Amino acid sequence: MTDMDIFAALQYAFIRRAFIAGSFIALVCSILGVLLVLRRLSLIGDGLAHVTFGSVAIGLLLKQQPSFVAIPVVMASSLGIMKLMQKARLYGDAAIGIVSSLGIAGGVLIASLSGGFNVDLFSFLFGNILAISRAEIVTSIVLSIIVLSVVFLFYNEYFSTTFDEEFARISGINVRKINSLLVLLTGITVVLTMKVVGIMLTSALLILPAVTALQIAKSFRNTMILSSLSGISSVLTGIYVSFALNLPTGATIVIVNFLFFTVAFLSRHAIQRRRY
Amino acid sequence: MNANSMSPILSVENMCFSYGPLEVLHEVTFAVGRGDYIGLVGPNGSGKTTVIKVILGLLEAGKGTVSLFGTNPSAFGDRHKIGYLPQKLTNFNPHFPATVKEIVSLGLFSKKRFPKRIIKDDEALINDAMTLTDVLDIKDALIGELSGGQQQRVLVARAIVNKPELLILDEPTTALDPEARENFFKILYELNLRENVTIILVTHDSASIGKYASKLLYLDKKVIFYGSFEDFCSSENMTHYFGEFTQHLICHRHD
Repeated sequence: MTDMDIFAALQYAFIRRAFIAGSFIALVCSILGVLLVLRRLSLIGDGLAHVTFGSVAIGLLLKQQPSFVAIPVVMASSLGIMKLMQKARLYGDAAIGIVSSLGIAGGVLIASLSGGFNVDLFSFLFGNILAISRAEIVTSIVLSIIVLSVVFLFYNEYFSTTFDEEFARISGINVRKINSLLVLLTGITVVLTMKVVGIMLTSALLILPAVTALQIAKSFRNTMILSSLSGISSVLTGIYVSFALNLPTGATIVIVNFLFFTVAFLSRHAIQRRRY
Repeated sequence: MNANSMSPILSVENMCFSYGPLEVLHEVTFAVGRGDYIGLVGPNGSGKTTVIKVILGLLEAGKGTVSLFGTNPSAFGDRHKIGYLPQKLTNFNPHFPATVKEIVSLGLFSKKRFPKRIIKDDEALINDAMTLTDVLDIKDALIGELSGGQQQRVLVARAIVNKPELLILDEPTTALDPEARENFFKILYELNLRENVTIILVTHDSASIGKYASKLLYLDKKVIFYGSFEDFCSSENMTHYFGEFTQHLICHRHD
């Protein structure tokens, strides 16, 4: 396969940086992904990633760091999706579709009006975690810790609301605030994920670890743990394989994630066949 | 009826509610005392679920007043005093990866402050609720792997795990076979009799409810009848309203 073993790869600072940032971002995506998939909001990652594209265009137009522009814009858009669902009585997929297409349209218009950007848009579309900077690592770790802390502190509120929103409301849980917080955290995470797999493949990091865990999980807590393990392992494996075989990192991570899902799916069916 | 049933828990006065221009509840008035077991019956679309949702603070009454433990439902803070079993789970995902025990534990969070955590002492409460509803032996099974009747018993366990003072159940027996339905009614009867839990049971099964409930609330957008079964069964007005056959159907199993 390759003569580059994992220890040799770790000699490179950029690989170590990619492993550290990738692990944190994968963990956050895997945890949030479980909540989003179970709420049938899987494609919110895709929709917000499209908004990220528009935000990157704004950042480039204003000659600002795209991520810093993207975070507030994407967070506002995530709240916009919530409001559309509540006030315009839209299903989640329709609300996501509206915000998603607005994001892309805005990005294309801004790029067109500014006469195009002389930058490598490819890296925003498909990510390049091997080129992650020290400042971006720190940002990723800090934001990841914030997201993880919120989910940990409100774990049972999220469990209750995800299983049965009406019962959660009767239990005194402020469902509206909990839901708003979830989409805001998702917004932050989507921007972080842009560097790992890029705008086009963001939803894969949110969806695939969660659905992999759902194939074999035995409880809600177990789903969270398995999703995290699957997400982190696939990002680390994807980074290493892409480096060793000189492949695009984002796409490799997604393919590894899909392989994990396939193994989990086949295992579940094998177990069921043996049982019956 | 229990001895202290005169203490007020819930009072609804002249309550009206409309979905847009469509009025579904008109001048509804009734009061529930501590220890009462109310059978709330009425035809489809009579406003039974809407009344429950207003009482629980999920909907706001357009007119009139609702007092739950002396407080407006939307401002009611002691949520642990209420147990609720919905007509059906909204957006229920049969592949939801939660065990029976995890779901029953959800009923405890109304009593807990931030951060809501299950502690060792809660285990006994969870086990008690699972034992009473006969789901202890399937506590580690995933909810989606259970039959409709088993799922319903899990949701009952979730509703009673907190030892509520008021238990509201919205058509809980629709997914149950006759034997399971009878067992279910017995569980409620025991809770009412031994634990003095006040019960409001919305049901179409007026024949069974006559056997256990102490009062009947018949709703058809307005209160048609509210009182004891004895009064209902001897009321000529009700004979006139329902016809002898229906009145007999509701009354004949009540002893």
